[in-house]
Amino acid sequence: MAVLTIKDLHVSVEGKEILKGVNLEVKGGEIHAIMGPNGTGKSTLSSAIMGHPKYEVTKGSITLDGQDVLEMEVDERARAGLFLAMQYPSEISGVTNADFLRSAINARLGEGNEISLMKFIRKLDEKMEFLEMNSDMAHRYLNEGFSGGEKKRNEILQLMMLEPKIAILDEIDSGLDIDALKIVSKGVNEMRSSDFGCLIITHYQRLLNYITPDYVHVMMQGRIVKSGGPELAQRLEAEGYDWIKKELGIEDEMIEQEA
Amino acid sequence: MAIETKLPFDQQYVRTFSEGRGEPSWLLDLRLQALAKAEELSLPKPDKTKIDKWNFTEITQHFVQSAPFASLEELPESVKTLVDAGEEAKNLYIQRDQTPAYVSLSDDLKKQGVIFTDIFTAVREHGELVKKYFMQDGVKIDEHRLTALHAALLNGGVFVYVPKNVEINTPLQAVYIHETQDAALFNHVIVVAEANSKLAYVENYVSIHENANAVVNIVAEVFAHENAQVIFAAVDHLAKGTTTYVNRRGIAGRHGRIEWALGLMNDGNTVSENITRLIGDGSYGDTKTVVVGRGEQTQNFTTSVVHYGKNTEGRILKHGVMKDSATSIFNGIGKIEHGASKSNAEQESRVLMLSDKARGDANPILLIDEDDVIAGHAASVGRVDPIQLYYLMSRGVPKVEAERLIIHGFLAPVVKEIPLENVKKQLIEIIERKVK
Repeated sequence: MAVLTIKDLHVSVEGKEILKGVNLEVKGGEIHAIMGPNGTGKSTLSSAIMGHPKYEVTKGSITLDGQDVLEMEVDERARAGLFLAMQYPSEISGVTNADFLRSAINARLGEGNEISLMKFIRKLDEKMEFLEMNSDMAHRYLNEGFSGGEKKRNEILQLMMLEPKIAILDEIDSGLDIDALKIVSKGVNEMRSSDFGCLIITHYQRLLNYITPDYVHVMMQGRIVKSGGPELAQRLEAEGYDWIKKELGIEDEMIEQEA
Repeated sequence: MAIETKLPFDQQYVRTFSEGRGEPSWLLDLRLQALAKAEELSLPKPDKTKIDKWNFTEITQHFVQSAPFASLEELPESVKTLVDAGEEAKNLYIQRDQTPAYVSLSDDLKKQGVIFTDIFTAVREHGELVKKYFMQDGVKIDEHRLTALHAALLNGGVFVYVPKNVEINTPLQAVYIHETQDAALFNHVIVVAEANSKLAYVENYVSIHENANAVVNIVAEVFAHENAQVIFAAVDHLAKGTTTYVNRRGIAGRHGRIEWALGLMNDGNTVSENITRLIGDGSYGDTKTVVVGRGEQTQNFTTSVVHYGKNTEGRILKHGVMKDSATSIFNGIGKIEHGASKSNAEQESRVLMLSDKARGDANPILLIDEDDVIAGHAASVGRVDPIQLYYLMSRGVPKVEAERLIIHGFLAPVVKEIPLENVKKQLIEIIERKVK
């Protein structure tokens, strides 16, 4: 069973500290949701875990099954079992979705163990059908000209094809209509197993109507300030964040000066 | 202006060469006039690249006698892969240095009046047709020294003629093999598509050796008459040490369409000029070029679409990858003449730099003499986008492979347009080797 452990994580962007000591543990079989208003550091956490070049970890540690994630290159993190469904996936012209996915799968399997073309196509067809994606999406260039919803669905397709140990979904629900939201949730639920841990970052509770989390955390001022079960998300939906601020004596939930 | 250049060949040489091939007098006269012009005219002046020290004229071997290939089995390995021998190799022309070494055209096309033969046979058998098109309305002899020299020393090429209403569905293929390291090539290609006809022509320039010491001077003239459609695809891959001047020009009549897909992969210094003139109303020109520069080579690529007719549409796409100490200039010119109303000129030039020492320059130019038009351009010079790299790597793809994917993707616009699978594969392999 995989364990992602984050301890006292401090992260800066361009010299400005965004995360100020995050502690979190995500195990296989668990679904965690991190909620919080905009500008509190949620996406920074996901980018820092994956190793985005702009984010600098200044203190603390991230380990996956005891291995030091911070020592790994981005691709090594992925091959170790991490996956990040991005809020703004890149568009790569001239590289088809299918070619890219095959490269990614083969990079995991390593030389000599490549997936056969037949097996790959079967798996791709199956997952695309499950996500109700048009089959021509496989031969379109990676995210190029995709609508917001298509991009998000494509992130989930990659998740299902790559079968990571721990996935982070960064605002996968933003910009999705209710039908697309249901399909994306269906994909994530399909992945649920004791071998799969998931960290969902969102500021809307509605996604959690479709994917029931085991744990809910609230992030403010670059820290996790409150944790609980699914009932916490429901209370946030009903009452907003003010009661937490009051409880904790927080006046401005945002990180200093960040809009 | 006095030019201190002694051309290596004189009138007597040109006369003997021409007579030796039984050329008609019009061609001999034209050669002699051109030779005289070559002595007075100056070199072309490609924008931002100095070529006055380049060797365009030191020719040691103007003519090499080579044996024809009795069968495709005899082809060098690097050429075999280009040709689909299983298909009985119809509609194929192979030239060995300057010698037509294999020519084949299906009976069906012959019956329909299609001509696909080496330029000298065409001059003998279809003299009037060749005369009508050879360096008249397309590329002119007296544009500069290299066009004049080209006409004077012409020593290879093909003539393609598709009569009215004939549509050819399988591409015609020409392979020009540069075999003798110091053999000069003055290759001329004419493609004529009469009204309502349709064809695709694919050409390859292949060097057998990795190094050469050669002068290559290529002119291609493409004519798409009323409502005709021409796809012209090329992969140039001439060896290091080859100095190449290549001028590909198209002329489109009313509703004529010319689409270029050019993979310019030479390893030597190269000046490439590709101009499409949209003469007829409603004509269309699309020109896609991809380039990989490596080593110490210097190259200049000028692509231009000139709009004369109304409602014409011109598109230019150029993508270049530069590594090592290679230098390339990309000039893209969309020109709309007065009267060419409702025309549309679009262009995009992008250069991807893979090393600190490489140099690349993208110069998009729009020249517009008409009010009622649409025009647009985009240009960029930069490195592989770190955010794209991050995205690909976040799926487990190692950095080197991620860069490879991005580079191939960047050059895909031409690769995917090549209408012959074998040539497409060859271009992918060349790119693979060059960017490594």
